[in-house]
Amino acid sequence: MTDLTDITLVVNGARHALALDPRTSLLEVLRDHLNLTGTKKGCDQGQCGACTVMVDGLRINSCLSLAAMHDGQAITTIEGIAPSADELHPLQAAFIERDAFQCGFCTAGQIISGIAMLDEVKAGQPSQAAEDLAAAPALTDAEIRERMSGNLCRCSAYPHILAAIRDVAGA
Amino acid sequence: MKPFSYEHAANIAEAAKATADPATRLLAGGTNLLDLMKLQIETPTRIVDINRLPLKAIEEAPGGGIRIGALATSTQIASHPSVRARYPLIARSLLAGASVQLRNKATAAGNLMQRTRCAYFYDTTKPCNRRVPGSGCAAIGGLARTDGILGTSNACIAVHPSDLAVALTALDATVETTNGEGKVRSIPVADLHRLPGASPHLETDLPPGEIITAIAVPPAPVGEQIFRKVRDRASFAFALVSVAASGPRYALGGVAMKPWRATASEAALAAGGDVDEAVAAELSQARGEGHAAYKIGLAKRLLGSVIRQSRGEAQ
Repeated sequence: MTDLTDITLVVNGARHALALDPRTSLLEVLRDHLNLTGTKKGCDQGQCGACTVMVDGLRINSCLSLAAMHDGQAITTIEGIAPSADELHPLQAAFIERDAFQCGFCTAGQIISGIAMLDEVKAGQPSQAAEDLAAAPALTDAEIRERMSGNLCRCSAYPHILAAIRDVAGA
Repeated sequence: MKPFSYEHAANIAEAAKATADPATRLLAGGTNLLDLMKLQIETPTRIVDINRLPLKAIEEAPGGGIRIGALATSTQIASHPSVRARYPLIARSLLAGASVQLRNKATAAGNLMQRTRCAYFYDTTKPCNRRVPGSGCAAIGGLARTDGILGTSNACIAVHPSDLAVALTALDATVETTNGEGKVRSIPVADLHRLPGASPHLETDLPPGEIITAIAVPPAPVGEQIFRKVRDRASFAFALVSVAASGPRYALGGVAMKPWRATASEAALAAGGDVDEAVAAELSQARGEGHAAYKIGLAKRLLGSVIRQSRGEAQ
């Protein structure tokens, strides 16, 4: 029997004290221990982006991280982005307005990734789509596509995902 | 994943000492190691998390270079104003790889120490001399289109997947290391990785008990910095072939188990040879197994194109 590791996670503002097998991924804690099943397990190897969450504001693949690595950190999942119980986050609303999903399995990851991506652009982080790395990034369609390349959609709703993000970016 | 004990490294010396035990692995970003542990290609019984060690800084170095802490993430490095302004090659190489989610976790030293993505290294139902010494190589004669054309051996034809290492090699960068006793040394990035020879499981010249603490990049030479990468899709894919240029220096990626400094091309150009002669000087020795043979022509064209671009000639 593996010794359990004691950690605290702050998930969507709520503090959770957990005793975990150290093998437990951050994704498994969210889904199986905290019943936050909005975040999805797709490939489980960091290639599809369905498990994307924010840790202290940075988006990561929660499948490729041990929960124990995040002791004391703040996790934001799809369940934690709406401003209130009866109001959607603007990007959630834009996904509905633009019909930016079909089966919906990748959607939570797409929305978390999109929110983080807009913050990254505001912070001036470059991408390979930039002609000039030193300049402030312009949010062109090419930039949005490049910055969202870590989130796959097997229904190929990409044009509508792009439109939803463009709507919120321009708002 | 096999069970393991989990602890945080108390300090840098303890982290270095921990690697003397073959059943211990250091955990930084985890984007490669955890994947390999899920597949039971890596089966450590003890994990030492080094994320709390003070190795994240990116600092100006005396003499005009830059020093990148071993635990600086790809995002931190590629976003750093000095890197973007003076070492666009480093920023470009990082931004051309992985996804933002991975770059937010993957670290500088982890990037250099990552394992090959050869499909047969990952497929535990197939022989692989790198994974199980002496078991054979299923890539030779297999579907080896991502494998190597330079410095391969009869035991292994895998390639090292790092784009950053290719950029750092063209920049003459070194890694700074330390052991548990505090002995510090420098290893050129170009010399860090071993070609497979008869012992592909020995991947680097970093002995057990010694860890990378930083990457030291000297001032860039005068001249354009270029990073070109050919891959199966436009984003989030490993290189089939890449070429980095820093002034008069060139390095190839995706072709060998190490970043491949094109010293023969550089010498040919310095001696007044033309671009075709320079390309041939480096790549006449290339050998491609079956499905990887296309990489020889691809590498020749890409290297030639980058040399012409760096010299301001029509491509």
